[in-house]
Amino acid sequence: MSGGASAAPAARTEKLTLAQAVNRGLAEEMRRDPRVLVMGEDVGVDGGVFRVTEGLLEAFGPERVLDTPLAESGIVGAGLGLALTGYRPVCEIQFSGFVYPALNQIFAHVARYRNRSRGRYAVPMVIRMPYGGGIHPPEHHSESYEALFCNTPGLKVVIPSTPYDAKGLIVSAIRDDDPVVFCESERIYRAFREEVPEGDYAVPIGKAKVVAEGEDVTLIAYGSMTRQAVEARDALARESVAAEVLDLRTVCPLDVEAILGSVEKTGRAVVIHEAPRNTGVGAEVAALIQERALLSLQAPVQRVCGYDAVFPFPLLENHYLPDRERIVRAARAALDF
Amino acid sequence: MEGTDRTTLLLNLYRTMLRIRLVEERFVEPILSGEVKCPVHLYTGQEAVAAGVCAALEDGDYVFGSHRSHGHYLAKGGDLAKMVAEIYCKATGCARGRGGSMHVIAPSAGMMGAAPIVAGTISLAVGAAYAASVRGDGRVSVSFFGDGATGEGVLYESLNLAAVLKLPAIFVCENNLYSTHLPILECRPSEEVYKIAEPFGIAARRVDGNDALAVYEAASSAVSRCRAGQGPVFLEALTYRWRGHVGPDDNIQGAHTDIRSPEEIERWRKRDPIGRLRALLLRDGAAGEAELASLDERIAAEVEAAASAARAADFPATKELADHVFSRP
Ligand SMILES: Cc1ncc(C[n+]2csc(CCOP(=O)(O)OP(=O)(O)O)c2C)c(N)n1
Ligand SMILES: [Mg+2]
Repeated sequence: MSGGASAAPAARTEKLTLAQAVNRGLAEEMRRDPRVLVMGEDVGVDGGVFRVTEGLLEAFGPERVLDTPLAESGIVGAGLGLALTGYRPVCEIQFSGFVYPALNQIFAHVARYRNRSRGRYAVPMVIRMPYGGGIHPPEHHSESYEALFCNTPGLKVVIPSTPYDAKGLIVSAIRDDDPVVFCESERIYRAFREEVPEGDYAVPIGKAKVVAEGEDVTLIAYGSMTRQAVEARDALARESVAAEVLDLRTVCPLDVEAILGSVEKTGRAVVIHEAPRNTGVGAEVAALIQERALLSLQAPVQRVCGYDAVFPFPLLENHYLPDRERIVRAARAALDF
Repeated sequence: MEGTDRTTLLLNLYRTMLRIRLVEERFVEPILSGEVKCPVHLYTGQEAVAAGVCAALEDGDYVFGSHRSHGHYLAKGGDLAKMVAEIYCKATGCARGRGGSMHVIAPSAGMMGAAPIVAGTISLAVGAAYAASVRGDGRVSVSFFGDGATGEGVLYESLNLAAVLKLPAIFVCENNLYSTHLPILECRPSEEVYKIAEPFGIAARRVDGNDALAVYEAASSAVSRCRAGQGPVFLEALTYRWRGHVGPDDNIQGAHTDIRSPEEIERWRKRDPIGRLRALLLRDGAAGEAELASLDERIAAEVEAAASAARAADFPATKELADHVFSRP
């Protein structure tokens, strides 16, 4: 069930942040496959607002690392055109809140070109975007709307929580023949480092990972919330509750087997995300569990989410964002049901 | 324009620009120390554009801003102390501490709001111009945006709609020659932005954006045209930001990323719009050194008082978290 690396990791490792790990993944795929190119605002000369594309222009030149004008719709639309004609573009949207001008292209074309061409065209493109709270800028710079993409047939949505996974998943996303929306949590971009293998490895899309095993309750999280879930698990452990932490890693399509397998074991689930509660990934996970594992459930599935409000800042975000206490409380509610 | 009218105008422009400048520069230290937490796009160097355009407007006219709108807000008559408090993210701010630097708003002054989405408010200004035109109330609607916004498709949709409907809309492009770290010629084929409006039959011109009087005159004739029902106007104001794209210098996550040469920045500093107007005031005999010095002092004191009040104010209360999502909770 635990989806680790698909290939044996190389022996040499480097201690990297998540931002650096994505950078390494991009660079290695660009080196491996001349069809891969990177495009977006400030990705070249500047190296990206979060430094994720640093050094790529120097390494691969301006034809493959394209500094675009401010034009999200154009970036994504042109990315699709490139994907249809033999390239594998990685489009960067500077912040997830700036993707809205491009939603037209994503929803109307990127997601359905394969279908529209009855399979004659693949859409091997990645749309990367920093998302989520924790670094204090307002609204568009801090919000999480991954559920929009999950609700769009034809898109895969990947949200890594660790540097190791980030590199392996960006590699998989680039190699995937379908469009992948790749969301990178701003608050964990450089919050911690981890040993990341040098060289080629991939983490499969669509596979969740059991971060910690436990029998009493399953904490289901992704992106920045995985760390919060682990903290909650540690707090629960001190109260002799063994929580299992499942990191979804891909939020669309969901790893149904992993989710059901864990909940069938524990009988209780808490789903955690920063995004608003209404119609979020948590709602989908909860629906899935009640459809397929009802008789295993000891308690209603709990959700710990952002609020159905415009993302606040800068101090109110501490209240908005799920944290250890809220997760522990929800786990308690499930246990005490 | 003659005599006292001109003197009043010049002094007003000077005062507006100086208020903007001193507020902006007052943020430098608290940004660097981390006391101001939200991202701030400083307007230093571009003051003549906001001051000149807004001096040509009436209170009832509409202004829509961008990510770099402190100047637009102040020039349109937004309360200075409330803006400072907003940038400190305090409950006493103009958006009650929920917007920060990029969401300054003053409905009572006709400052309809700003947003970081580049080009995001241009079409809103067109809608407000349509409302003015349908009501026939003589108002004009101004959209301020940067040269970077010329990459976004919605600008062209907006130009077309305003032209087709002959709306009292003024498109003010502040061309500071860079869009974040990209020089303008890497974003678009020409440095002359105003020409984008010509295919729509929109009256368009470029003006020296560091010359407050020139901006004022161009804006006044644009406003007259709009009020006379002759359709939209496009003004390109050529100017320069002295500070970084975001924050005092471009120092994103520890990486110094300003690609502009110190010589270029210095060249533009010599064209300081405030220094130029000051020289004009003195030359005209419109004001003396002593008068200007006391004005400087008064504004500095106003800014200092605003900063102290902002620092002392409270952050928004937690219970406000989900307020104002809908008309009723
Ligand atoms: C739709 C959108 N894309 C990207 C950004 C990030 N961003 C903020 S300001 C900016 C550059 C804007 O340049 P310009 O319009 O010339 O205004 P200036 O900053 O020079 O005043 C960029 C890329 C954004 N805020 N909105
Ligand atoms: Mg600019």
